[in-house]
Amino acid sequence: MSRQAVAAGLVGATAIALGSLLFAGLPRWYGPRAKPTGPAVARTAAPSAAPTTVAPGRRIKAHLFYVAEDGLHLTSVEHDVAYGDGPLEQAREILNAQVAPVTEPTVSAVPPGTTLRALFLTDRGVAFVDLSREVAAAHTGGTDSELLTVYTIVNALTMNLPAITTVQVLVDGKEVETLAGHVDLRRPLARNLDVVQ
Amino acid sequence: MLAPALFGQGTAPSLTLIAREGRRAIPLTLVADQEFVALDDLAAQFQLAVQESLGAVTVSYKGKTIVLTPDQTLASVAGRLISLPAAPSRSGRRWLVPVEFVGRALAPIYDSRIELRKPSHIVIVGDLRVPRISTRYDAIGAGGRLTIDASPRATSTVSQDGDHIFVKFDADALDTPATLFAAPASPTLVQGVRLVDPLTLGVDLSSRFGGFKATSQPVDDTMRLVLDLAGGQTDTTPTPSNPPSNPQSAILTPTSPPPELPPAFGQSAPAIRTVAIDPGHGGDDAGVRGSNGVKEKDLALSVARRLKALLEARLGIRVLLTREDDRNISIDERAALANNNKADLFVSIHANASMRNTTAGATVYHAAFSADAAQAAGGARPERLPTFGGGLRDVEMVPWDLAQTRHLAQSGAFSDLLIAQLGDRIPLALRPTGEAPLRVLESANMPAVLVELGYLSNATQEKQMAGETFQNVFVQAFYDTVVRYRDSLHAGEAPGDRASRDFK
Repeated sequence: MSRQAVAAGLVGATAIALGSLLFAGLPRWYGPRAKPTGPAVARTAAPSAAPTTVAPGRRIKAHLFYVAEDGLHLTSVEHDVAYGDGPLEQAREILNAQVAPVTEPTVSAVPPGTTLRALFLTDRGVAFVDLSREVAAAHTGGTDSELLTVYTIVNALTMNLPAITTVQVLVDGKEVETLAGHVDLRRPLARNLDVVQ
Repeated sequence: MLAPALFGQGTAPSLTLIAREGRRAIPLTLVADQEFVALDDLAAQFQLAVQESLGAVTVSYKGKTIVLTPDQTLASVAGRLISLPAAPSRSGRRWLVPVEFVGRALAPIYDSRIELRKPSHIVIVGDLRVPRISTRYDAIGAGGRLTIDASPRATSTVSQDGDHIFVKFDADALDTPATLFAAPASPTLVQGVRLVDPLTLGVDLSSRFGGFKATSQPVDDTMRLVLDLAGGQTDTTPTPSNPPSNPQSAILTPTSPPPELPPAFGQSAPAIRTVAIDPGHGGDDAGVRGSNGVKEKDLALSVARRLKALLEARLGIRVLLTREDDRNISIDERAALANNNKADLFVSIHANASMRNTTAGATVYHAAFSADAAQAAGGARPERLPTFGGGLRDVEMVPWDLAQTRHLAQSGAFSDLLIAQLGDRIPLALRPTGEAPLRVLESANMPAVLVELGYLSNATQEKQMAGETFQNVFVQAFYDTVVRYRDSLHAGEAPGDRASRDFK
């Protein structure tokens, strides 16, 4: 029993060490290499660069994206989001907040009922976001709204977490060609500021 | 099998069943010029159960039934009425049904595809490629041109052996007419065309034959192979020296015909010969649904049909639709149709949706690629490949997914022209042009745009777009754009020349 406890402790300690390395280190290593495809604008503050001490109930500020008044763009809104320990956990918290149901007058480009199934990060800064089937099945269709849905997810991660440079959206655990027939999801996408007001 | 003659009726050629497993013959019986087939012969071939009761003949297959009534030309097929050219008739203990029964009654209830080709007396069972072959010969000066059409399209390998040219088709079987080649009255270079094996045509040439060039080009549903034959001495025209040739190289590197012959398709190479129009969505994918019931797939098809009619009538160019009716086709198939037909322009027709129901206006998109993808396509190096007739040629290989990268400037130019034409005719979105990683445009190997006609999520726009006036105005504006685009190509403007972005 005691041997198992020691082993578990070691594993835990290693995980914490790796976590803090990923959390604190990766943003610095990968952050500057991020290549925005849209016009260059000032980056939003990166919550992941915050101090690494864990405080229960702690919250950070993150930019979430919702449909602008004109229906053609996204608008970025600062929200309090639960603090996540490390980029993966923080990304999960941001996405959960982003796909959460909204109330009037806010309009989300993510179809209602969509949930985050899983999230993976590679050491090259690619995030794989696995969303529930509603993101495609409940989608209204149309190129514009599909672009807004996709870039809500892509921008929510790439604009808040410099460690993440590109995002590939998966649906129900699988790679998909598109959500509703237009936007190519076979490759990870970089942030798009053209769609942001 | 019983010979048809036993029935004391006329004889007809037998019906050939072509299936993956092989060929089988089913006897045909001719009654008053109508070809009949015995129901029990069909039952044996297609695992049908035939029952006769209460004056009706019931044919069943896996729980689905066909009900025939003697002396009635109407039959019920899985509950639907179909008509036959003649009523079923009894001959001894057997029931005879018109041969059309196979296509009209059996095909709808059968698991595999069944296609009856009545003129050639064949029935194709399953997804087999059985192109119809037809030939035509035109004597031109000392030489001549043999045109061999295969429909639906099938590629072929051309090889030469002395006084014979062999054309081997990539197909499961060939549907050839009884007379493959009607020999002209006067002696010609071609003395005959015959089937040398189930997939190969042999062209018999006279001793005057001096050489040939093979070109192959799709024309609608047909793959047209043109053999330009030269008479006289062998050193006057290029002659393939190493038969058999590679069929792909013959298709990839279409050589121009010998100068003394008119061009193969009689065109003076206008800048735009073929336009591919892609009505978005279709079948079980309705696309956007408006609140009043207008479906994006129907709107797109309606506009595409109008566009095809206008462009063909006024410009005399070929216009292809990726779907002619309400069916779903894959995104890759849409681009493939345009690419395989070497379309000069690709336009995908869609209707938009917004999460806000007041958003309105048309948008024209062209493709955008990530920096990595564009670099990958730009770095593609030409590959040296052997060509038809010997020699090597540099062929630039671009990945399918990135074909559009080389046409982005032209696509952007066309998009601007279109917006300029649409500008004062239909409502434009606040941001009328856009670049986005749109799947259907990425593989198009020609200038390509995706048009969002307006927002079906906006009830006013929905009503407007469903109307004939809106559609005709759009189609006219598109036509005007194609004319201006063509003129700009003729004028030799640089591909990237952007039209004025000054629109309202």
